Amino acid sequence: MKIGVLKEARPGETRVAATPVTVAQLRKLGYEVVVEPGAGAASSFPDDAYVEQGAVIGTALAADIVFGVNAPSTEQLDALTPGATLISLLSPGLNPVLVEDLAKRPITALSMDAVPRISRAQSLDVLSSMANIAGYRAVVEAAHVFGRFFTGQVTAAGKVPPAKVLVAGAGVAGLAAIGAAGSLGAIVRATDPRPEVADQVKSLGGEYLAVEAPDVEVSATGYAKEMSDDYNARAAALYAAQCEDVDIIITTALIPGRPAPTLITAEMVASMKSGSVIVDMAAANGGNVEGVVPGEATLTDNGVTIIGYTDLAGRLPAQASQLYGTNLVNLMKLMTPGKDGELVLDCDDVVQRSMTVVKAGELAWPPPPVQVSAAPAAATPTAPAKAPQVKAPPPPSRRFVVVGVAAALLFLLAALSPQALQGHLTVFALAIVIGYYVIGHVHHALHTPLMSVTNAISGIIVVGALLQIGQGDTAITVLSAVAILFASINVFGGFAVTRRMLAMFSRS
Amino acid sequence: MTIEISAQAAYIVAALLFILALAGLSKHETAKAGNAFGMAGMVVALAATIALATNRGIEGIGLGLLIGATVIGAAIGLYRARKVEMTGMPELIALLHSFVGLAAVLVGWNGYLHVERHLDGPEAAALAAADTLGIHHAEVFIGVFIGAVTLTGSIVAYLKLSARIKSNPLMLPGKNVLNLGALVVFAALTVWFVIDPRLWLLVVVTVVALLLGWHLVASIGGGDMPVVVSMLNSYSGWAAAASGFLLENDLLIITGALVGSSGAYLSYIMCRAMNRSFISVIAGGFGLENTAAGADVDYGEYREVTAQGVAEMLSSADTVIITPGYGMAVAQAQYGVAELTRKLREKGVDVRFGIHPVAGRLPGHMNVLLAEAKVPYDIVLEMDEINDDFDDTAVVLVIGANDTVNPSAADDPASPIAGMPVLKVWEADNVIVFKRSMASGYAGVQNPLFFRENSAMLFGDAKDRVDDILVAL
Repeated sequence: MKIGVLKEARPGETRVAATPVTVAQLRKLGYEVVVEPGAGAASSFPDDAYVEQGAVIGTALAADIVFGVNAPSTEQLDALTPGATLISLLSPGLNPVLVEDLAKRPITALSMDAVPRISRAQSLDVLSSMANIAGYRAVVEAAHVFGRFFTGQVTAAGKVPPAKVLVAGAGVAGLAAIGAAGSLGAIVRATDPRPEVADQVKSLGGEYLAVEAPDVEVSATGYAKEMSDDYNARAAALYAAQCEDVDIIITTALIPGRPAPTLITAEMVASMKSGSVIVDMAAANGGNVEGVVPGEATLTDNGVTIIGYTDLAGRLPAQASQLYGTNLVNLMKLMTPGKDGELVLDCDDVVQRSMTVVKAGELAWPPPPVQVSAAPAAATPTAPAKAPQVKAPPPPSRRFVVVGVAAALLFLLAALSPQALQGHLTVFALAIVIGYYVIGHVHHALHTPLMSVTNAISGIIVVGALLQIGQGDTAITVLSAVAILFASINVFGGFAVTRRMLAMFSRS
Repeated sequence: MTIEISAQAAYIVAALLFILALAGLSKHETAKAGNAFGMAGMVVALAATIALATNRGIEGIGLGLLIGATVIGAAIGLYRARKVEMTGMPELIALLHSFVGLAAVLVGWNGYLHVERHLDGPEAAALAAADTLGIHHAEVFIGVFIGAVTLTGSIVAYLKLSARIKSNPLMLPGKNVLNLGALVVFAALTVWFVIDPRLWLLVVVTVVALLLGWHLVASIGGGDMPVVVSMLNSYSGWAAAASGFLLENDLLIITGALVGSSGAYLSYIMCRAMNRSFISVIAGGFGLENTAAGADVDYGEYREVTAQGVAEMLSSADTVIITPGYGMAVAQAQYGVAELTRKLREKGVDVRFGIHPVAGRLPGHMNVLLAEAKVPYDIVLEMDEINDDFDDTAVVLVIGANDTVNPSAADDPASPIAGMPVLKVWEADNVIVFKRSMASGYAGVQNPLFFRENSAMLFGDAKDRVDDILVAL
């Protein structure tokens, strides 16, 4: 089959979907490669270099498989042959109009940015490879604008303090930025809602600043997710404190399928030193910094440069094209099981299925969710497997029977009880259900305080004794007084001891 | 707006505050607020009730006794809460449960004295008119029964936890028959009492319930006490709910049911963690399989290590997991352990804690102790969170834990604790076991962990040994 490599239609795009190196690899898989004239020019790959590796210069749109970096223009799409397979970055989650348009055409479309984050698919993951480049470039852009050294020096002309760099978000881009800034000699700090990246940050020479909050979790998809309000408030306090201290901030916070979260507010920017630089790598998705202009560098009134370039990866076009091209080669390896130049789309394979936006003219988006086992496995599979007495979960039919019998008994009980009791039974039944749900997600560390507070609350029985005391019967009064005495020990002691315990819980 | 109606309104507010209290206690951020809601609810409830009692024409002496008893009770309660050691928390909570049980018994008896003693009196006539006199009889009976079971059960739990009686399970012959028999007697007596409310029936049921409560908890071994405490918590809630039915007081019903069901659910969570049947727990006397099997197996030789050796091992380790157990609580070693953690973390060692759900003598016991010693709670993980990390761990310190780290639970189907999820400490490169002697744990099972090649024993009081390590570091 023939692979066509497009000359990118999007203005300003410098990357290309295949380099001479990847052309050679594609040919080894049995494909013929057609490259549009001048496709690699912006990445410093002249047409001759492609020809040397066996590619043909010609019209790529007529090929069976079409490689692009960005989504092709409408004219390019119109020129595709029926049954062709289009592979490029389509951002199907953010681009419903494009997805709709694609679905109307008799083609198959695969999106390179929809690769699931599983270990097996790492070699196809464009987002990672591009983020890596962009993170490095963000530091270079910042260094270019920043009017000082990164590294600290003691010279005959005086002491130069090192630059302080804060990287928000320690994903691939953030880690690349940490590494690049650190190797330039800066003091690097990094924040991230996922505590498990602390080691990765440290390994690159950065200092991990933890946002003090307990609800830090690994999301099931391996990406960061939106955090709670409490967390955000603590994070904002952390950023506000850092803004006054650091010289350079690089923000990388992106949440898939959503606008980027605002991390740095206008006040925080205003609190920064003159000459400071902020690089907002999320500018294309709304930005992490208030006041960022996507695609431009702006200077604020207090002398802070905010860089909102959206083409950071494209600013290293040769490298970006090479990595993107290699991602495509790896995809082709996956989809060419016979190494015979015949493309096979296997929709049972979770990676290929996830990437498929349109299959032979039929809409295949969104794909079923993929569970990424980035979180530590919850169960301990070995122990139950060896224990013979572990019961299998009861079949659903048995559950229905149990619920049915319970409901019938409850009905009989309620139906046979007098009117006066029914109100109380209603209250009783509802309170049981509430009690069950209210503690359903209790944190394991809070079992003891929870128990002591419920214990204090069950001292409410004092109410009964209070209502019985002093109503004209000496025996009742005496017994009630004893009951009140003991129940009040319970009430006061229980709450006081809970208070004491809760006061001890602290964070690092 | 009469006092009666305002009091009912206040009860609704109080009940909602209690729900907020329980909900708040399930998360760290809201826990303190939850406790405050609970206190607010209690204040509202007490104020409304005293207003109601005054409105119903409480006698001067009754009011005096009321205030006196409350003040004395409050003083004792606050004093005990301030003085209690964190390691003594389980005993205190068990004792407090018994007070609820006692109060429920007394309230039930008062109900009898108020109505059933004067069957021709005005109250009985009023109830008979509403067709609820028989219900009232049953309510008195059930309330007294649950209260009495809670009372003696909690006292036995208290005595076991404070080591005033032996914590070995009591093995009466035919104990299941005894428990079941008591329930059957209770059911029969209830029917009798509803038909003919005699005083001696109430006395008999009180005695039967007291014996049943005592027997239920006495036949449970000390190692299973966390579940027992949680279960008694649930019982005390049901006792309060029963009193609520008796007094036709919705606040008591709601609160009792809340505490009862949440306590039962908590016990259920813990039972699952121990792979025990929930039914056999609430029926009392689980974990009783004869532990003689496998007692004579030769496990081989164990090795000893010195505090100095442990210190060296820790300094060169990159990851350390500490799995504390009740032994740490007994030895009061949590401060030393916290100091050790701090020092190791300063040296860049990744120190974490692995807490088994039933470590200690009540749920979350270890967390409370570690929090007291200011161990940051984000490095204190529960079993499921950390169990897969042991094989990447250089050193595991087992401090006063035994059954919760016993590999035979996973390996040996004949073991009495087979199937119970345990911390897989033996997968680490080195395991150091802090122990007083080679005696077996609460479950009475020998622990093959001690004889594994990667294990070494550090004998002596956990606190002293931890201090020795600190000096050596």
